[in-house]
Amino acid sequence: MEKGKGNTLDGPAIQRIRNDFPIFKKVINGQSLVYFDNGATVQKPLQVIQAIENYYYQSNANIHRGVHTLSREATELYETARNTVAAHFNVANPQQCVFTSGTTEGINLIAGGLSKAILRSGDEIILTAYEHHSNILPWQLHAQERGLKLKVIPLKSDQSLDIAAAMTLFTDRTKVLAVAHVSNTLGLITDLQALFKIAQQYNVITVVDGAQSSPHMPVNLPELDPDFFVCSAHKMYGPTGIGLLYMKEKWLTELPLFKTGGGTIKTVTFEHTEYAEGALRFEPGTPHISGAVGFAAAIDYMNSIDMSAIYKHESELVRYAQTRLLELPEVEVYGQSEHKAGVISFNVKGAHPFDVGTLLDKYGIAVRTGHHCTQPLMQLLGVQGTVRASFAIYNTLEEVEYFIEKLKRVITLVS
Amino acid sequence: MQIREIEEEIISEFELFGDDWEQKYEHLIDLGKSLPLIEPGYKTDVNLIKGCQSRVWMHSDFKEGKMIFTADSDAIITKGMVALLVRVLSHQEPVAIVNARLEFIDQIGLKEHLSPTRANGLVSMINRMKQEALQHLSK
Repeated sequence: MEKGKGNTLDGPAIQRIRNDFPIFKKVINGQSLVYFDNGATVQKPLQVIQAIENYYYQSNANIHRGVHTLSREATELYETARNTVAAHFNVANPQQCVFTSGTTEGINLIAGGLSKAILRSGDEIILTAYEHHSNILPWQLHAQERGLKLKVIPLKSDQSLDIAAAMTLFTDRTKVLAVAHVSNTLGLITDLQALFKIAQQYNVITVVDGAQSSPHMPVNLPELDPDFFVCSAHKMYGPTGIGLLYMKEKWLTELPLFKTGGGTIKTVTFEHTEYAEGALRFEPGTPHISGAVGFAAAIDYMNSIDMSAIYKHESELVRYAQTRLLELPEVEVYGQSEHKAGVISFNVKGAHPFDVGTLLDKYGIAVRTGHHCTQPLMQLLGVQGTVRASFAIYNTLEEVEYFIEKLKRVITLVS
Repeated sequence: MQIREIEEEIISEFELFGDDWEQKYEHLIDLGKSLPLIEPGYKTDVNLIKGCQSRVWMHSDFKEGKMIFTADSDAIITKGMVALLVRVLSHQEPVAIVNARLEFIDQIGLKEHLSPTRANGLVSMINRMKQEALQHLSK
């Protein structure tokens, strides 16, 4: 093994990063924690925890409502957070960045809004076979109500997306393409460029579920150019309960409202409402202000390390873990392409993922087991579930080495 | 044997392993492998106890005043736990099953498997065993 060589961060750099995360002082089953469940949520650095704490200590007030000093301070923090998020994704107009409770709410707002006025009975929505339930169910719900049709881009035998097959799915009735940027189960990076090229020909609205790309790689939204992009702060070192819904400028006025209430308006009578312009139109009620502050702190934290460095480091962990897993004849790895971000999914042949996960936990290794909210994909792979190891910036090659060593022991125990 | 006697027997079996969880789990897995499988005909949806991840099938009979349980699981650790529960509760009178507190699970250090968040269907299995015993209580 080449420790600290190649593309991974060197030992001292990783140690500095690990020191930022108080949770790594915790002992699990007598062992120090090896946390490989980052696809579900990542741990939080002190910088984020302190930003949230400071907000409540120093600046808590409701925003956009009061003339008093604290309210102005809170409003400024909230809008600065929006600017930070916008700048991170290279978005020139921060108003295009709406705060939501997370990826799932973002997709619900898009699917609900489009279904209300823009989509008509018989229109088609194209998804991929590896979508998360959160990018299937909101579309399915409205498809059933409005007579829309869901179409699914199939996978090739190596579980990568079948782009050639995707070409044949588009018709004049296709209105929406909603795809994961990175598969949460397989880690495969979707070839958005190829898909968007066809989508453009058919004038299709593009929706990108960025929950699993935004933590692992640089994302430049104007370059990618989707109509909508959603992600969750808690997978990006930020707090739970806050996320981003990015939309192209025209949708700020054209996307029908799916949810409304206080804080979104200019004037209201019982007969008519004149709505506010920009992001506020989509943020009814008191927003998650401390969450936005934490989200911005998390983005600053990631940028202090650099997104490209994060991508290189984690890709090396994935590459190394995959190489070592493939050396074990008892192991089957799903989605073996090298074009992956942060995630590796596998099974021990003949063993239930639940058993593998339970035993790894006894060694202090946290992995996710089960269907990962991608049951249609599990059906396609012909399995009940998989074991998923997913990495973050604080993980090391030594941890991967320890995981492989203990996995070998688990294989002996279960077979 | 009474439920409490079988529990004591299991506790002394597990005492051999002390704090060595690997040996304990090896034993649990062996128990799972030795569990007499449920009759394939009974491995039905009705007998399926849905856990989030591992699935458990359980069938009961009532013969000569006693409950007979057979069970299976698709996960081997869950199956080991199922084997222990069947060993303790099968061939017992309904009243004893309903009143069983099953404290041995805590005493052998496997209580974590009964936490509602474990997603292995065991809590539901115990509930179902007790419910089915309850139906025969007055008979």
